[in-house]
Amino acid sequence: MDKGSQEVWVFVEQHSGQPVDVSLELLTKGRKLANTLRGPLKAVVIGHELDHAVKESFRYGADEVLRVDHPDLRDYKTLPYSRIICELIKERQPRVVLYGATFIGRDLAPRIASNSVSGLTADCTDLQIGDATWKKELCENLLLQIRPAFGGNIVATIITPDVHVQMATVREGVMEMMPAKAPCDGKITNILYEPTAADQLVKIIERHREAKRSNLKGAPIIVAGGYGLGTQKNFNLLYELAEVIGGEVAGTRAAVDAGFIPHDQQVGQTGLTVRPKLYIACGISGAIQHVAGMHDANRIIAINNDPNAPIFDVCHYGIVGDAASVVATFTETYKKKLK
Amino acid sequence: MNFNTVVMVKQVPDTSNISGEVMKPDGTVNRAKLPTIFNPDDKVALELALQVRDRFGGKVTAVTMGPPKAAELLRDCLYMGADDVCLITDRKFGGADTLATSYILSETIQKLGPFDLVFAGRQAIDGDTAQVGPQTAEKLGLPQITYAEEVIDLKEDKIVVKRRIDGGYEILESSLPVLITVLQEAATPRPFKATRLMALKNARTRLELEKMPETAAKPLDELISDYKNKGLYIQTLSREDLGVDLERCGIQGSPTKVHKVESVVLTGEEHKQFPATREGIGELLDSLIEEHFFG
Repeated sequence: MDKGSQEVWVFVEQHSGQPVDVSLELLTKGRKLANTLRGPLKAVVIGHELDHAVKESFRYGADEVLRVDHPDLRDYKTLPYSRIICELIKERQPRVVLYGATFIGRDLAPRIASNSVSGLTADCTDLQIGDATWKKELCENLLLQIRPAFGGNIVATIITPDVHVQMATVREGVMEMMPAKAPCDGKITNILYEPTAADQLVKIIERHREAKRSNLKGAPIIVAGGYGLGTQKNFNLLYELAEVIGGEVAGTRAAVDAGFIPHDQQVGQTGLTVRPKLYIACGISGAIQHVAGMHDANRIIAINNDPNAPIFDVCHYGIVGDAASVVATFTETYKKKLK
Repeated sequence: MNFNTVVMVKQVPDTSNISGEVMKPDGTVNRAKLPTIFNPDDKVALELALQVRDRFGGKVTAVTMGPPKAAELLRDCLYMGADDVCLITDRKFGGADTLATSYILSETIQKLGPFDLVFAGRQAIDGDTAQVGPQTAEKLGLPQITYAEEVIDLKEDKIVVKRRIDGGYEILESSLPVLITVLQEAATPRPFKATRLMALKNARTRLELEKMPETAAKPLDELISDYKNKGLYIQTLSREDLGVDLERCGIQGSPTKVHKVESVVLTGEEHKQFPATREGIGELLDSLIEEHFFG
């Protein structure tokens, strides 16, 4: 039906020239989507001194890099970055544009969607190319934007059948990251950046970044807690357990909202997606938003006092009982066995 | 100084309190049965706007788009200290995605403005998209500062804000006007003021006045002007008042469509149960140790 371009674009976010993981994950996914669409995969790389980011984009499957290199663009700034991408989209009409759901991606993508009047689906947990019937018409090769929906264990597939440019954001860790089998030394297209007065409306006075605090992504063992633990004191039992078995502690959205654990240690659709060897879910009911972020763990242990909690449908080992006291006994027993 | 501020607020279903009663047999949530609350981030945005007003001077207007019932939320805004409120409501606005919502909000802000500052919560708990703020800023042609943690300073033509970024923070200086989205940690919403509650609990929207028994005896226009004179009229805007393009409103103006919704049947294999006793936990540990999960 659609005769426009079949290009798939990935916005490659870089910090000091180093592309972030989620961008490489999206290139890996974008490669597959582009193959299905039979279109090229293009990386949009904006910043200054971008050789490494460009090279990595090719390594993860880009056919072409749209490079915008200028000293003023070294650090991300909403207005110039969004203006540049809006202009590129207007001119070249890509079929799909993907962004990491980082602070930057979530600042940038909605502005661009607003400008280009395209659809934008946040925090997708899967992306596919497929056909869909909309208003009795068959639309071929749409971007199927899949995400858990509010309430219950529901997954919604969102489409944007009436617009050419389809956009989505995806959290870090959701997609696999894999260098392309046959990476090409693709084409670099340099895009000229001309600063405007409007680009200077917001100035960075100070910027402070630290290396990531959370080691969740690569942790082989994760002890995770939910709202069911009830109190901070109970939640702290997880740290004791994690320490003796050599794991990291994570939490659900509800545990983060309750203040039990900082947001950067949240597992789930709006947090991190993890694939540890062992995942111990304590006082977690198992809402789809949480399960989306951990169901690929090799082994899942669920501890919950409600025998009907959905978490027991995804776990391998289950204990029905008060999570706090089971965790305390677990830690104590492990220490004894270690001796 | 006299800064004119608008805050975008939303009434949302209380997703943190989903009980069995609101679940339909097919496992979906009956939204109509969920209690509604003031979206937590938006409440913080209003608080921050009020603090900025109290520190630097000016006026705060809260606006919301929603069903007629969203008037409740605006009364809450008045009790907290908003100087003015405005309800944007129209059947044709229903089913809007973030793009259509940002269109209506930007048209409203243009009609009510000009404003120096536009505040909004980072995101709403019923969708968690965090899109409406930046989308509205783009439509208004304004700079934006998302994820604001603190307003450090405000001068006649510029504001200094601390915002969160991945792994740290940034301090930004923006010209005015600017749109700012606010993190929950930025402020603690103040409780309702009893004197304001007493004075403003009878504030009513046009739709509420239409339904009052007094309208039988008095033309609506007169009733509205009575309420206006008492400072109790909640400005109510429909699509005619805004003169918006219907094609860009509601479902029609929303490019994202729900293609299908599936209940997820979690397909975990049969799992092994261990009793919650010392022995049961010991048995589980033994099998984990045997499988070399530790060390």
